Amino acid sequence: MPQIQIPSPLRQYTGKQATVQVPAASVGEALKGLVAQHPDLQRHLYTDEGKLRAFVNVYVNDEDMRYLDKEATTLKDGDTISIVPSIAGGIS
Amino acid sequence: MLKINSTAYDSLRHHGEQTYPHECCGVLLGRFEEDGSRTVARALACGNMRADSPHNRYSIDPKDLIRIQREGRERGEEIVGFYHSHPDHPAQWSATDLAEAHWIGCSYVITSVEKGKAATTNSFELTGTDEADKRFANEEITVS
Repeated sequence: MPQIQIPSPLRQYTGKQATVQVPAASVGEALKGLVAQHPDLQRHLYTDEGKLRAFVNVYVNDEDMRYLDKEATTLKDGDTISIVPSIAGGIS
Repeated sequence: MLKINSTAYDSLRHHGEQTYPHECCGVLLGRFEEDGSRTVARALACGNMRADSPHNRYSIDPKDLIRIQREGRERGEEIVGFYHSHPDHPAQWSATDLAEAHWIGCSYVITSVEKGKAATTNSFELTGTDEADKRFANEEITVS
């Protein structure tokens, strides 16, 4: 079963779990399953229009899903999905 | 409050001197304390992905975060914050820093590097509940 790594800012919405397992065949299915299990994550991961927020990076193992098949990216047993909010900034 | 050992503190300041006149950036590994503070065990330098504008912008590759998170977990450490530098600019968060900050509950450490020398280092906790009400709160740094 694929597992999803939860970044520290979002663990308060997963009962403090750092890893959540969700039966899923694709990334989209896994994220939907995650939000179904922990509905408070919805607004943190998705816009009001239901799109993944731009600063939420989703990796399957070490690959950005944007460069795979996005939410249609298929998963196999043992795959790890990492949710990684962006880190950036600047002087002004 | 942010507690950090002198080795980690000196290394994040020195990183800013090494990358001057460009911004440096990195990750702080450690633990979240029961009292709401954060203790830094290590400061890990990262590359700045903003090769297009490194003198006033920084960005950390999410791949680096995944690797660092994995290595930290093996040592019982968590990502508790991030650091970057402001070349010839105050160690204060900017509108861009806030807009691009999403790790609520973590510390964001900024060092002003003036003419190549690390000057002031300040830390700010990203507080709030979501993107709509997030804000930076000044926090004390205790170096041990």
